[in-house]
Amino acid sequence: MSGIFSKALSLMAVVLALVCFATDAPALDMELLGAGATFPQPLYSKMFDAYNQQYKVKINYQGIGSGGGINQLIRKTVDFGGTDAFMAAKELQAAGAPVLHIPTCLGAVVVTYNLPGNPKLNFTPDAVAGIFLGKITKWNDPKIASANPGVKLPDLPVSAVHRADGSGTTYIFSEYLTKVSREWKEKIGTGKSLNWPASQIGQKGNPGVAGYVKQTPGAVGYVELLYAIQNRMPYGNIKNRAGRFIEPTLKSVSAAANVKIPDDTNVSLTDTEAAAGYPISGFTWLIFYKEQNYGGKAKDRAEALAKLLLWMVGDGQRYVEPLEYAPLSKEAAAKANKLVRSMTYNGTPLMK
Amino acid sequence: MYTGKQRAPSGTDRSEKRFNTILAGSGLLIVLLLLAIFATLLLTALPAVKEFGVFFFTGREWDATTETFGALPFLAGTLLTSFLALVISIPFSIAISIFLGEYFKAGAVSTFLRSAVEVLAGIPSVIYGLWGLFFLMPAVRFLEVKLGVAPHGVGILTSSLILAIMIIPFSASIGREVITLVPGDLKEAAYSLGATRFEVIGNIVIPYARSGIIAGILLALGRAIGETMAVTMLIGNSNFLPTSIFSPANTMASIIANEFAEATGVTAASLIYVALVLFLVTMVVNIIGTYVIQKISVEASREVS
Repeated sequence: MSGIFSKALSLMAVVLALVCFATDAPALDMELLGAGATFPQPLYSKMFDAYNQQYKVKINYQGIGSGGGINQLIRKTVDFGGTDAFMAAKELQAAGAPVLHIPTCLGAVVVTYNLPGNPKLNFTPDAVAGIFLGKITKWNDPKIASANPGVKLPDLPVSAVHRADGSGTTYIFSEYLTKVSREWKEKIGTGKSLNWPASQIGQKGNPGVAGYVKQTPGAVGYVELLYAIQNRMPYGNIKNRAGRFIEPTLKSVSAAANVKIPDDTNVSLTDTEAAAGYPISGFTWLIFYKEQNYGGKAKDRAEALAKLLLWMVGDGQRYVEPLEYAPLSKEAAAKANKLVRSMTYNGTPLMK
Repeated sequence: MYTGKQRAPSGTDRSEKRFNTILAGSGLLIVLLLLAIFATLLLTALPAVKEFGVFFFTGREWDATTETFGALPFLAGTLLTSFLALVISIPFSIAISIFLGEYFKAGAVSTFLRSAVEVLAGIPSVIYGLWGLFFLMPAVRFLEVKLGVAPHGVGILTSSLILAIMIIPFSASIGREVITLVPGDLKEAAYSLGATRFEVIGNIVIPYARSGIIAGILLALGRAIGETMAVTMLIGNSNFLPTSIFSPANTMASIIANEFAEATGVTAASLIYVALVLFLVTMVVNIIGTYVIQKISVEASREVS
């Protein structure tokens, strides 16, 4: 290699070293890293900001999707992940060591539509499944009409639209439909991205689905409750297991969690027996390793993480409702608290 | 980096050598980069390559819940939308090239039009997508209602239209460039023989500039094949083989962009396999393009001279 080239290389090496040094310096301050679900991101941003002001611990959370959050945690590039779906058995196996889940708040999925005058509609589980299976093709179909006496439904074609990107929203929605419709269970099943009926439209993200619904008379799609509220979109009431048509609100979503919660908080909140509960609800979780001594992680970092997590399911819950998320029930918060306290460093508990 | 320390003759020699080494190094780096990308794709796609092999190209099902993956619908979607967009764009881009390269070479009108075309090329694709969602989609829907087909509004046709609009500036500005390069002598000779302007354009300008025009069109095709955002917003993202130009479909770039963030295991590997296929398709299109340009430019030089 000739002189100038090696000179250039050594210059590059010096620059690189300088850059590394420069980025190394602030890392001495504590900064916890997280990544995952986008649905709770606005809440987490608010919580982390408040926590930083009070306890001087920086938290960097990137909304890259639930699957991304799980991947990053397994690759040990983050301290904690966020996910809208409890990790599957395969993923837990890939993690190599026990991973804990704690719920932080609840979300719900609503059915939104675009009809002349946008009347408030009632949907039976059958109607929702029929629409998204492509079996109900007209808005005045008796399956929709029978639940909506007094509403004059137009003779419009139903244009169903789903989320084209893999998402926790799709997961909760399909998990609900798998429970309430045998045909859905056989043909489509549960997942973050699905094999939808042929010729059904897919759009990217909540904004994509919302945009398509707003633009298309007769369209019907599903989006997160929070997104629908913020964008003033019309959405329907859904008939729950107790036989009541429930309007999705923070209260009815929280009510869906009024069931027995197992110790690992792995519970589905769709179609629960709670009489006042909205049936398409679900937890969103934070995930982290139970044993925190891995990959050369310092003990004070692990402690900072444990403290943050405790705060999020405790004091931090006061930020949940103002941002229009549904807060944890007392029981769920208590279980989460217990889970955080079971975190260890070298086998000894981190928190007393 | 000539430091001036060297004595003149040998110094020039040495700096010449260094310059050559740097050039060769940069050239090699590009090739290495290409190979590295290919190797990374192949390596990360390996679980899917092992599982589906060549049947990946003919598989019509894409189902993450049962982990069956086939890329045919996306291959078809990418090729259909790109070529349809190309067909739609060709008359417009050639017309614009001739208009700006031959009729309005200079002056305020020309400058205005030229910069308008350039601005069109610089608009981010998400803006094209949004415009398509708010304007093109209702328009296509209106057409579909009139024709009596399922009124989705989005699908192959809508994406091809937006792609056509997006690629016109590319082929048009290259076309204009080569048309202005046609030697004045040739044109004047034709005029002096009594040819009309139309005849000059048809017999002299177009044949002479043909290889450049086609190169521009192929460059545009490359852009159309890889376009992601605008297409995702307008194609309907349906993972099935399209049955007509009105049906919703999906492209390779779009399925990757949509599903990669949430994908794990075989699903992620299959998406990378799709990326590998996209990589190969782009390469094949480029190789064919280079071949066509070479062939045509030889013919054209024979015709004109």
